[in-house]
Amino acid sequence: MPDIPDINGSVALEPGQSGPGVTERAPRPRGRILPVGVGRVARKEFADHLSGMRFGILLVLIGVTTLAAVYAASSAIREAASSSVNVDFAFLYLFTVSGESLPSFTSFLTFLAPLLGIALGFDALNSERSQGTLSRLVSQPIHRDSILYGKFFAGLAVVGLALAALVVIVAGVGIVLLGTTPSGEEVWRLIVFIIVTVIYVGFWLALAQLFSVLFKQAATSALACIAVWLFFAVFASLIVGLIVDSAAPAGENATPAEVLRHEELSNDLNRVSPSTLYDEATSALLNPSVRSLGVLVYEQIDRALVSPLSLGQSLVLIWPQVVALLGCVILFFTIGYVLFMREEIRA
Amino acid sequence: MSDVVDTVLVAGGEVVPQSSPEIVITAQGLTKRYGQFTAVDGLDLSIERGEIFGLLGPNGAGKTTTILMLLGLTEPTAGSVRVAGFDPVRDPLSVKTVVGYLPDNVGFYPNMTGKQNLLYTASLNRIPRKEAEERADLLLQDVGLAEAAGKRAGKYSRGMRQRLAVADALIKRPSVLILDEPTIGIDPEGVRELLAMLARLKQEEGMTILLSSHLLHQVQEVCDRVGIFVGGHLIAAGPVAELERELAREGDLEFRVSVVGPDGREASDSLLEELAREMRTLDGVGEVSAVRGTFTVTAAHDVRTAMAQAVIGKGLLPISLSQRGMSLDDIYDRYFREEANA
Repeated sequence: MPDIPDINGSVALEPGQSGPGVTERAPRPRGRILPVGVGRVARKEFADHLSGMRFGILLVLIGVTTLAAVYAASSAIREAASSSVNVDFAFLYLFTVSGESLPSFTSFLTFLAPLLGIALGFDALNSERSQGTLSRLVSQPIHRDSILYGKFFAGLAVVGLALAALVVIVAGVGIVLLGTTPSGEEVWRLIVFIIVTVIYVGFWLALAQLFSVLFKQAATSALACIAVWLFFAVFASLIVGLIVDSAAPAGENATPAEVLRHEELSNDLNRVSPSTLYDEATSALLNPSVRSLGVLVYEQIDRALVSPLSLGQSLVLIWPQVVALLGCVILFFTIGYVLFMREEIRA
Repeated sequence: MSDVVDTVLVAGGEVVPQSSPEIVITAQGLTKRYGQFTAVDGLDLSIERGEIFGLLGPNGAGKTTTILMLLGLTEPTAGSVRVAGFDPVRDPLSVKTVVGYLPDNVGFYPNMTGKQNLLYTASLNRIPRKEAEERADLLLQDVGLAEAAGKRAGKYSRGMRQRLAVADALIKRPSVLILDEPTIGIDPEGVRELLAMLARLKQEEGMTILLSSHLLHQVQEVCDRVGIFVGGHLIAAGPVAELERELAREGDLEFRVSVVGPDGREASDSLLEELAREMRTLDGVGEVSAVRGTFTVTAAHDVRTAMAQAVIGKGLLPISLSQRGMSLDDIYDRYFREEANA
């Protein structure tokens, strides 16, 4: 393995050995978890993202679709609220209810958030390489993995910032349009929602970064990312449908057991897709009345009291989804990490 | 020819400066293999403080690989390296704090200005912001980019990028400077300035400089010593003048004389043939080959005067007479050609 840096990263120079330019450097503390230089790389990447055109364009795209979706949702909610008594968590409906012609905020986000992650990561390392900056970067006294970590964390920070801003804007619009303010629990749910969304975008960011290590051309890497995104966004559910229909058919005269098998298989296979995991997690988070993410047979809900779940219970419900997403993030990040660390960086 | 080279190799491999014992860069039996291919084969090298060492060789000779191993950017298959007292394999970060590196095909972040690019490098070297600004301004001035400091690096010309790269390598105030093909893409004037700057850095700051190049004549005047690196082997190392003397002593000198008839026109074939015959009889002359009025003569020692006399004796006029010699350039050229044909 080429210079895998020592994670504990102590490069304390002995007093006699310090050459010119080293003297002002304090010895680094032992036992640091992150490699030397992460903060500096991340700060620069963060600034780059914020000032870059690419991020701006995506933000405008997501912002506009979001506002449209929320506006449509708010009119739907007002109509519903006038005819219904139960307006608990009306505020959260803003994010999940779809209007007459527009999908909901969360379904827009499921669809568009991957683009954000891809845009921030697809040329993370191959552009450094083709610009000739990578060889300069790795010859500085920083650990090599700090480049990967720095870029990844900067991406996450930018996404988190953008999402938080977006949610606050939506909340503001909601307050004006609905005339209600979010309750404490709604605020907590929104915060968790942002965190889960950051993890979801993190999945795409890690994948894009992996492709940016794998493919020398930024265009190839972007195409590969978009191919994966399209696959999960459009084709995955079609393919799952085909598989499930042939493996566990449930026709018109199917027995309840057959229908159950059909549905469960379909659920399991769909959960391979990160967007399904994210969908399930957000639907339970933003809709406290969701009590199960799987199949519920009638016996299970017979005589159950219809009441919203507490935040803790909703978290318990979505825990597997969140952990699975997080696992995917770590998996793809690690593959990229290993490939990058083993690589020889030539000019 | 091969024994000539071997002799030099032995001499080169063991060049250990006697006067100043402080060795900054050492490599012993340094080897790098990529699968079956051996990029660098048993390299022994030592460079002392305040020396400018030129690593010369054709493209693909293993120069860049050697530099990567010195910096700890790639791990040697065998052998050991020490740079400024640190082992690049075990402690790459320490090496990178004291070594400034100008990579081949260097580039900068196109959306940042030249100065911002330098400041980023400075921040990676943990140089406090205020000091970094001062250093960047000074260096930009030194490399003649003061006016372009606020311009985006994406708009820099190749030559400007190369100058910025020099500033970038120097911003950490290194004690060792490693430059990979620093003269590529700059005009002759720029090359001269760069070399003058290197000489100044050596003079004023006692910096140790290792530079690689495939153009011997460009860098030979600034190098205290050069090493000729072909096919992963260091075939010769030492001061340019000494290497040339060494080669000259081996006695494969080559002279070339062009002659014309007394009327200034081309001499007749019969006269030329006679002349060739006479030249072969001269003391020390080996082979004589003639192409129209130009003779190429190999000899054990300098036979120019005898040649001139022979020419005039035949009633002809020499219009040019030169020693082709086995200068270092020729050796170098020859290896390059072999490499290219291989």
